[in-house]
Amino acid sequence: MHSLRNRWRRDRILLLLALPGVTALLLFHYLPLGGNIIAFQDFQPFLGIWHSPYVGLDNFEPVLTGDPVFLNALVNTLIITLIQVVFVFPLPICLALILNATISERFKRLTQSILYMPHFLSWVIVVALFQQMFGNGGMLNGWLRSADLSTFHIVGVPELFKLMITSQVIWKDTGWSTIIFLAALSRVDPAQIEAAVVDGASAVRRLWHVTLPAIRSVIVLLLILRLGDSLSVGFEQIILQQAQVGAGASEVLDTYVYNHGIVGGDWGTAAAVGLIKGIVGVALVLGANRVAHALGEQGVYTK
Amino acid sequence: MGEPSRLGIGARGLVLGLGCLAVVVPFWAVLMTSIASPEEISRAGGFVLWTREPTLDAYRAVLSGGIVTRALMVSAGITAVGTALSLVATIALAYALSRPGSLLHKPILLMTVFTLLFNPGIIPMYLTVKQLGLLDNYLALILPVMLNAFNVIVMRAFFLGIPGELLESAFMDGAGEVRILLRIVLPLSKAVVAVIGLFYAVAYWNAFFSAMLYLQSPEKWPLQLVLRTYVVNDTPIGSDQLSSSLESLPPQISVQMAILVISILPILLIYPFIQKHFAKGLMVGAVKG
Repeated sequence: MHSLRNRWRRDRILLLLALPGVTALLLFHYLPLGGNIIAFQDFQPFLGIWHSPYVGLDNFEPVLTGDPVFLNALVNTLIITLIQVVFVFPLPICLALILNATISERFKRLTQSILYMPHFLSWVIVVALFQQMFGNGGMLNGWLRSADLSTFHIVGVPELFKLMITSQVIWKDTGWSTIIFLAALSRVDPAQIEAAVVDGASAVRRLWHVTLPAIRSVIVLLLILRLGDSLSVGFEQIILQQAQVGAGASEVLDTYVYNHGIVGGDWGTAAAVGLIKGIVGVALVLGANRVAHALGEQGVYTK
Repeated sequence: MGEPSRLGIGARGLVLGLGCLAVVVPFWAVLMTSIASPEEISRAGGFVLWTREPTLDAYRAVLSGGIVTRALMVSAGITAVGTALSLVATIALAYALSRPGSLLHKPILLMTVFTLLFNPGIIPMYLTVKQLGLLDNYLALILPVMLNAFNVIVMRAFFLGIPGELLESAFMDGAGEVRILLRIVLPLSKAVVAVIGLFYAVAYWNAFFSAMLYLQSPEKWPLQLVLRTYVVNDTPIGSDQLSSSLESLPPQISVQMAILVISILPILLIYPFIQKHFAKGLMVGAVKG
């Protein structure tokens, strides 16, 4: 194997450079992936993974028998996902179209800098800001009280919780999410738009027949990626606010895993639910990608 | 392009203006309340939108060596060490993967990309960190998130965009891989390094859940956990926690707002310098990757 030795001599520096990153991936991605084996064990922390007894599918019981606590978490997760795909996903596209059509370059840049900003704040800060604005002792209610009007209880009301977290997501990430659509829009061929104008197309028809088709592949790509995340909805955001609204309105699959496993010590069930969640997520991405290919789109990866 | 109507321009301006206000007003209210005097706060019954008697008492109380000061140091330390380690590992791996045809480069690339698809899950992650003896250790906040595969892919795409002849001629002149990376590739990649560095720094600064999960003792808390406890959960913060030398503590609300400002400020300070690189640094990578 002369050539292999030559290649080793030539490339060993490159392999050395890759080593820290590869070690991190092995240790904190692939090793834990194997740890999912405890979903099939009656895991005892003092026995560890090697010595805990295997129990087959026992841990999947709450999932298989439709345990109400699990079902509640599942239903909440699906409702929140639905809200986010239907109401939140289109917003950055609309905002990008508005920004793209804005005349003054300076105004556009200033707006962008301001609207991107909240993306870089932590969920703790975003939740704190929302509480300070809309909480019972917050700014909005302070004004209403000083104007002798009745106050609104928005924070900590279970019925309004999904509305609350949706507005937080919109506030934090709508601006930032425009960045990729704006990049796609910047590559729309101006000649095509000119031609449409010459042909007498109205603004709406230009949008429908020229602009939107040009960014369709980006929209499809992001929608597929969103589907892969559809069972992970705002974990930090929800856990921060769970104490105020109770589990009924706020338990989702991720908080179920955390509350049962880390807090409750029911390791096996929590790992089982986490495993199902991961597998469904991958299946959704692969499935959606197939559909995209069938419809002639590029999707996340090419065939 | 077709001329938009005056009405259309007005409507767009209004939407964007309202959007910006929705972002700026909360910051403004928080900042003003943090520097307002106790009298102004009690007169306004909470938030102050314009202060005529600004005072830094709340900041003095918070930064005089209590739990908030310590948390600030912890967060700054984790962010600095974590970002440095992350950047080194990411740049090195991305460079190794950007040299096509090198030994093992395909399987390593595949292995990196695969991590984007499948997340190990909360429980196995926790058990791994525990097994490695990292519980209650600051390293638990750094090592598990040290390498982000998406950032590697973006950076690799950027490196691939550097003309091959440039590297080739450097090899001819006898430069090694490390020298080429440091002298040729990195100087050409300042934009992407700045942006990826910001992403890592923000992730370390903002880390909340991992801190909640892996750190047990309150004296190790980073800023996000202090924020959770004393601002989001509204736990009263007294002179024991602040170890303040002031005779009377500023009102609870101005102390809370000061903690919020301290946790937002570093991001606000770095952001303008990096923001101009977003388009250049991120897009090249994301569009190709």
